[in-house]
Amino acid sequence: MTEHFPILILLVPLFGALIVVLLGRERPEQCWVTSLVSLGISSIISLFTIIIVLSDKVQTIRYRMGGWEPEANGYEVGIELRVDILAALVVFAVTFVGFVNTIYSKTRAEAEVQGKVSFFYALIQLLIVGLCGIVMTNDAFNLYVLIEITSLTSYALIAMGNRRAALSSFNYVIMGTIGASFYLLGVGYLYIKTGTLNIDDIRMVLGNNDLWEHQSIIVAFIFIMLGVWTKMAFFPLHGWLPNAYAYAPSMTGTFMAPLMTKVMVYVMIRVMVWLFGWDFVYSDQHVWRELVIWMAVIAIVAGSLLALARTDIKKMLTYLIIAEVGYMVGGAWLGNVTGQAGAFYHILSDAAMTFCLFIAASIIVLRVGDSRVSAFDGLFRKMPLTMIGFTVGALSMIGLPPTCGFFSKWYLISGGMKAGQWEYVCALIFSSLVNAIIFFRIFERAYFGKIAGVKEDLSPSDSDANPDTGIKEVPWSMLVPLFIASGSVLLLGIMNRTLFEWIQTALEVMNT
Amino acid sequence: MDPIIANFIEENIVPKFNYWIYVILMMIGLYAMITKNNLIKKLIGMAIFQTAIILFYVSIGVKEAGGIPIISHHGSEHHQEAGAHSEAGSENLKHNIIDKDKYANPLPHVLMLTAIVVGVSTLGLALAISQRIHKSFGTLEEDEILNKLRPGGHD
Repeated sequence: MTEHFPILILLVPLFGALIVVLLGRERPEQCWVTSLVSLGISSIISLFTIIIVLSDKVQTIRYRMGGWEPEANGYEVGIELRVDILAALVVFAVTFVGFVNTIYSKTRAEAEVQGKVSFFYALIQLLIVGLCGIVMTNDAFNLYVLIEITSLTSYALIAMGNRRAALSSFNYVIMGTIGASFYLLGVGYLYIKTGTLNIDDIRMVLGNNDLWEHQSIIVAFIFIMLGVWTKMAFFPLHGWLPNAYAYAPSMTGTFMAPLMTKVMVYVMIRVMVWLFGWDFVYSDQHVWRELVIWMAVIAIVAGSLLALARTDIKKMLTYLIIAEVGYMVGGAWLGNVTGQAGAFYHILSDAAMTFCLFIAASIIVLRVGDSRVSAFDGLFRKMPLTMIGFTVGALSMIGLPPTCGFFSKWYLISGGMKAGQWEYVCALIFSSLVNAIIFFRIFERAYFGKIAGVKEDLSPSDSDANPDTGIKEVPWSMLVPLFIASGSVLLLGIMNRTLFEWIQTALEVMNT
Repeated sequence: MDPIIANFIEENIVPKFNYWIYVILMMIGLYAMITKNNLIKKLIGMAIFQTAIILFYVSIGVKEAGGIPIISHHGSEHHQEAGAHSEAGSENLKHNIIDKDKYANPLPHVLMLTAIVVGVSTLGLALAISQRIHKSFGTLEEDEILNKLRPGGHD
């Protein structure tokens, strides 16, 4: 049983999606329970997978689909799933965020996508299947197919929103197809040279025949990187992201904002470390290392400044995601294990804090009915619980201990210092300062801002008697996810040392 | 014709004809996706772009003198009807030897079957989305849509 865990993580939500579609016509009210159960099972299995991978005997689970054993000369025949501690952590993050987000969708799905509730739950489960598959697969072409599965489902999920969402979804289709096609082309060039699609085998063939400096390999690397960067919204290629995530239905935005870009960052690290390897990517012969770090610096600075310029909360958060993508790309390209492990730890911590902030922002937009920053006026008195959750996420975004945002920034900065890339260190500190301005501006309004329509000189007893403008806390189905998210921000921060050591060990194995 | 140009064509364009076509098609597709104002024209560009990649992959699998990758007449029951050529083939099969130079590489073709499916579903989804856009904006021209979305635009 336990040896089938990797495939079960994928199969449970896949069948869950099919069942939800079947249920949709007769019993739409059961869709929520079904997807909650299937995603719950999936996240429990992935939690156990982490435990198995951490045990002494098993470091890496290799699951050959359909039982195709490798050929006598060591080359794989079929498609393989490969789970090590890095993959297990990301898979757990994906399934767990999916599970928690389903709790959040309970009331929102019926309100925002009337009549299509079953399709929403089916698509979100398929999206989770795709994301987990991307993380686990060890086959370069299979990775392309799974990237397209996630993209297709996310186009549809975004387009479920209002008419602006449909337009931004269309732009996403165009950009996403260009990105995925570039990735596919890169895989084609690798296939010409190596004749295999298995990531480990490609690496082996490249190493055995010393093809590293061949033109096709360099072209393949550039194509794959361009494709992955388009998909993760790395700065000049970010155009599709802000509108798509801001106008999507709120429960779609809360799921995709923390995960989609992060999983693509994972793909980038995997391609760099496993497919091409340390010596090729960071070789002094290629100019790209310096270039990419400068691009990351530009992404961080531009993302932060663009976020500062926005008055719409959700738009502001989407630009912060773009800055965070810059953090991770820069960290992965620093050329030392600390930077890479920091970038990887930032995948997890950024997923937690973006999730937290998006849920809080969605709740506030829902209750206040206004998405501008002025919506925060006096909110600490109105919605204290929501604002506590928001504050935890915001402090993590700024980078204050003991939140995970502090530790990931710490590792990234120490990686940058080791590599001597001072421009990257400066960009990170600059971005922290800008984040501090952005969020303290909001805190100020939330603490001291006047509440519209309420007299300021009310005595405490009066204000208790007056549930003023009708802004009140949201039901538990929205508060519980917010507190789970802010709790995991703190938990990731407290556990940072353990997690960082796991990640570092796993990456060091590959880099020596 | 200038001998340098003729030489260039003979060495670089004729033997790599497929690849030139793929690059040209891809550039046409990219151009349409980026510059066209009409959403449907963008989608046509997207279809051209994806088709170019399919052409690239199919070209990878081609071998000189390679035929269809179907191993005919396996087992001995068809042995009698088989001609002299395939007799040798089934003789090889008995010893589990397949002359790989005789067959085109089937793997890129199989991969492209999947890529075609992906392309079709992307196109279908994009068409459905553009239908929604047309319903709510009444037009498929990008500049007109953006005009309507501007605060103070006619809507």
